[in-house]
Amino acid sequence: MNDFYLIRKNLTRNRLRMILNCFAIFIAFLLLGALGSIRNAFDAGVELSADDRLVVVNKISFTQTMPVAYVNKIRAIEGVQKVTWANWFGGYFQEPRNMVVMLIVDPESYLDVYPEMILPDSQREAWFKNRQGVIIGEALALTYGWSLGDRIPISSNIFSHKEGGSTWEMVVEGIFSASNGRADTNYMLMHHTYFFETQSYGGEWVGWLTLTTGDPEKNEVVSRAIDAEFANSSAETETTTEAAFNRAFIEQFGNISLIIQSVVMAAFFTILLIVGNSMVLSVRERAKEIAVLKTLGFPAPRVFRMVLFESLLLAVIGGVLGMLVAQFMVEGMSNSPQIARIFPNLAIDSGTWATALTYMVLLGLLTGVFPAYRALTLNTITALGKG
Amino acid sequence: MSDNLYELKDIHKLFVKGREPVEIFDGLNMTIKRGDFISIMGPSGSGKTTLLNMLGGVDKPTQGKILFDGQEIQSLGEGKLAKWRAAHIGFIFQFYNLMPMLTAAKNVELPLLLKKLSAKKRKENVEAALALVGLSERAKHRPSELSGGQQQRVAIARAIVSDPDVLLCDEPTGDLDRATATEILENLQQLNREFNKTIIMVTHDPVAASYASTSLHLDKGEFVERDVAA
Repeated sequence: MNDFYLIRKNLTRNRLRMILNCFAIFIAFLLLGALGSIRNAFDAGVELSADDRLVVVNKISFTQTMPVAYVNKIRAIEGVQKVTWANWFGGYFQEPRNMVVMLIVDPESYLDVYPEMILPDSQREAWFKNRQGVIIGEALALTYGWSLGDRIPISSNIFSHKEGGSTWEMVVEGIFSASNGRADTNYMLMHHTYFFETQSYGGEWVGWLTLTTGDPEKNEVVSRAIDAEFANSSAETETTTEAAFNRAFIEQFGNISLIIQSVVMAAFFTILLIVGNSMVLSVRERAKEIAVLKTLGFPAPRVFRMVLFESLLLAVIGGVLGMLVAQFMVEGMSNSPQIARIFPNLAIDSGTWATALTYMVLLGLLTGVFPAYRALTLNTITALGKG
Repeated sequence: MSDNLYELKDIHKLFVKGREPVEIFDGLNMTIKRGDFISIMGPSGSGKTTLLNMLGGVDKPTQGKILFDGQEIQSLGEGKLAKWRAAHIGFIFQFYNLMPMLTAAKNVELPLLLKKLSAKKRKENVEAALALVGLSERAKHRPSELSGGQQQRVAIARAIVSDPDVLLCDEPTGDLDRATATEILENLQQLNREFNKTIIMVTHDPVAASYASTSLHLDKGEFVERDVAA
């Protein structure tokens, strides 16, 4: 027997109370893990942004287009190294509910600006040569079981084909992966020439431009130069860093991080009160036993540590169980194609685990410190005198 | 080594009850020799338990000195007093005060957690203590599975397992029937006679007091009578 044995025995002496407390903590950490993974999924785009990449959008809204001539004008601005551009296709496969993220791009410059996309040279060349070709991310390929050479019909919920309908036939010429495991590969890229030639209306335009400066310190100057270049034009621009662009994109849905944090904090505050109250009650119930321990010669600080550790143990048991179930759930959800399309980076990362462990320790300390202090300062004579 | 284990010199103890100060002891002097078996009797509120608590270092006098083996204990800090209690004192309470979630053996082992002993040595000591009180067969039972007398014997085993010099017993038979009380008192007498344990027992029961070698009667903080067994 040792102190840990006593702590364990005290914790499990009232099984129902322990299970209910554990369950309350379990729920809080289940929420933390599950919502934390969603926040991570949203934040991944921001975190993986290159610090020397800028995004140029129409100042009115990024849903407004800009003339394709902007590409060369921006390329000519001092400090700009590489430029590419893209348009939103609004794609789906067979049925509108099978949404597919497809961008209309200039293949060569796009791959040049996004070197983190890994595509074998042979596939790269094949895509450059075939206007009907598309490259697809490995996550997307996995979702639909597509492989090289497959002919796939992709429809648009925005555009229509000049030969009727809104479906474009495409050939899978490449399957790309990402150099960072957290990067999203749940999308596909289409040749801009094929699209422009076959669309039923509209000219050549771009949705947004992406460029590199080669040095983050130049970002500010280059941004200002670009926006100044198009000031007072019919399509004024707003240039931001890629990270800021991605963050603004996410914030269309609201301040996800704040919402998630608020939900988690509300849950934790409630749990703090429930478990804290329960621990106080538990220690009060065994005041006499604590007095006996002190009478036997257990020093008060040792009794303090035992009560505090009991509370910590409770928080860790409930917390780890909650996080493990959250991990299991999130892994299950991330394997679902429907969810993976919305949250391509859904996972509980080490950062969320570290946060959870910190919260477990904090919860344990906060719920344990008051009863532990009561045990520390317990008047032995008074406690022993109680029937 | 002196024969005197305890020397109480000019002990004063003041309580505040409500707004009124109540003086329990007003200059009490007392000497307890090594190997004594003393019973302390007296009406409720006479200061029996307070005296026992002060002898055990659980309570402190308002004024005066308590010497244990020549060492002043009333001036020790909480940490040192806890160590001193663990080394020298065994407590036996009226209501046993066993840990309900621990088996008899684990309850007995509790004081040994305060000593640097191997698990094997602790087990040996626990077995010896339980054997001495005749409860070897009940080692794995929890308090709720034991009778009152058996629980008190577990409490005695817990008190003696670390081989203390003194056993302080607060009404050890107060919650037991006569037959069981007799067994417990015989246990205590055996510990006093065979193992030379100094025993100080507070009791209301004259029969229990008769097992002691010396009976003291306390009233209003003073010893008013002293009976020494033949």
